[in-house]
Amino acid sequence: MSPRVEVRKTYKLFIGGAFPRSESGRSYAVHAAAGAFLANAALGSRKDARNAVVAARAAFPRWSGATAYNRGQVLYRVAEVMEGRAEQLVAEVAAGEGLTAARAKAVVDAAIDRWVWYAGWPDKLAQVLGGVNPVAGPFFDISVPEPTGVVAVLAPQDSSLLGLVSVLAPVIVSGNTAVVVASEARPLSAITLAECLATSDVPGGVVNIVTGRTAEIAPWLASHRDINAIDLAGAAGSPGVSWAELERAAADNLKRVLRPAGQGADASEPDWLTAPGVERMTAFLETKTVWHPKGR
Amino acid sequence: MSAQHVDVDATRRARDLLGVSRLTNLALTRWTHGLPGVDQVGLEARAGALGTRSIKAASKAWAIDTAISMIDLTTLEGADTAGKVRGLATRALNPDPSDPSTPSPAAVCVYGDMVATARETLGDSAIRVAAVATAFPSGRASMPVKLLDTRDALAAGADEIDMVIDRGAFLAGRYLEVFDQVRAVKDACTRADGSRARLKVIMETGELVTHDNVRRASWLCMLAGADFIKTSTGKISPAATLPVTLVMLEAVRDWRELTGEMVGVKPAGGIRTTKDAVTFLVAVHEVAGPDWLDNHWFRFGASSLLGDLILQRQRIRIGAYSGPDYVAEDAPSIY
Repeated sequence: MSPRVEVRKTYKLFIGGAFPRSESGRSYAVHAAAGAFLANAALGSRKDARNAVVAARAAFPRWSGATAYNRGQVLYRVAEVMEGRAEQLVAEVAAGEGLTAARAKAVVDAAIDRWVWYAGWPDKLAQVLGGVNPVAGPFFDISVPEPTGVVAVLAPQDSSLLGLVSVLAPVIVSGNTAVVVASEARPLSAITLAECLATSDVPGGVVNIVTGRTAEIAPWLASHRDINAIDLAGAAGSPGVSWAELERAAADNLKRVLRPAGQGADASEPDWLTAPGVERMTAFLETKTVWHPKGR
Repeated sequence: MSAQHVDVDATRRARDLLGVSRLTNLALTRWTHGLPGVDQVGLEARAGALGTRSIKAASKAWAIDTAISMIDLTTLEGADTAGKVRGLATRALNPDPSDPSTPSPAAVCVYGDMVATARETLGDSAIRVAAVATAFPSGRASMPVKLLDTRDALAAGADEIDMVIDRGAFLAGRYLEVFDQVRAVKDACTRADGSRARLKVIMETGELVTHDNVRRASWLCMLAGADFIKTSTGKISPAATLPVTLVMLEAVRDWRELTGEMVGVKPAGGIRTTKDAVTFLVAVHEVAGPDWLDNHWFRFGASSLLGDLILQRQRIRIGAYSGPDYVAEDAPSIY
């Protein structure tokens, strides 16, 4: 019998629930940590990022308007689908990050568990972060957390799946929609995660993933006036990214900015295996406080 | 370039052009059906090719400003209020408060009973007031009612009249009836002092079914004295598609060959993005010619297009993508 012809996968972008190629028509070669060629991925442009923002903005009313309970169910479903795709995720993480199969399996398990953990949060955020405030007057005074809007996320460069899940899930848990720039050198597991999202009831546009050069796309996201917040996690260890420029551009429309620990070249990714806490969720929330008059 | 439409007796000229001693429905039918048929495949290929042009930054900036200046900023809703019309007119006067150098649209387009409100808000600015008349959008009313509708809008201060043709009569082959109606409304567009409002004739191409019909209707309306031929009311889908507009642009180009007169073109409905608008401008330049690249001869009937053009204009000015928060309108689809 003749040997089977290899079926190679084309890794494309994930925008508005669809998987388009880059409008620029560009692609780039993705290599394993050990140096072997893995696949070609789309080299996204600023216009792809722009389209992603349009999709994210369009998806925001429905996603933020869904009940917290419903968002939790949908996010749990993502974890279920990831579990079914675990084998592929393990292979991509092992090749991309240069881990042993056993270590990669542990990382993927942790990523799925992290997603499940965040899936439990949507209907608990309001109790934990909101509340009834004691005020000196005849009012009920209530504070509730609300999503900030469209959030740009520079995904961590080193931890391509666990790191990505750890920065993406907390953004969308509360009803934000996201535009993610995947790890530049390790984008494959991000697109596989996109395929999990696309088949798990997450409305199109809630998560949009652009692969390509972080330094090329990030400035356009930072300066984009229709983005409400930006997570600079992936600026750590990313060649050619100017933090000061990104923060200055983000200030133009008063974006919320979440920075990784450290400064410039000394910045480093946190150990994504440690318990995350609520900080990444609270970073992308606005607090609405209502004063309601009450009788005697 | 003939600057203004010449005053001619439409019926007499039609007799001359058709070479008949009496203008009959049969004569009009023979003439319009003698026009060459439209090659639909070729037309759509051409329309598709026009959309793939690469527009460089400097040309794009020019195209955006030109497109803004060609807009008939439109509100034609049953729920229109004086407040909404005042808001629209105010926006026409100052489309982008963050940049006073933004050009104004050509006109504000409203129902006849809102003309006075629009006129009052626009004051003595160069922005014109266009009124839809003749039982817009269906056109289903008797002729006296249509003429009264037209005179009423004119009396309220309309500079331009957007009339609809009787598509039922056209599709039934009663071309003379359509001709007579357009001619009668054209006559009604003359004010007491002898000055004239420009007449835009809406063919509602979405109801004309074929491109051949669009070509015939275009010639028929021009023959009857239309100053502008306009695609649609905006109430029917499909509205202003690029292929249909190409057919109309060819018609006005050929009409100038034949008579030496220029007739304007106004696609209306469904043009929402800057990319669409730029593609239409490319088509105008390529098909009709550069003489039509002026808001005296080409208009966009649109409401949401202005917001998208302003977003793009801001994008060029500030060097970053702008957002709907910075435009006085609902969110457009794309930047």
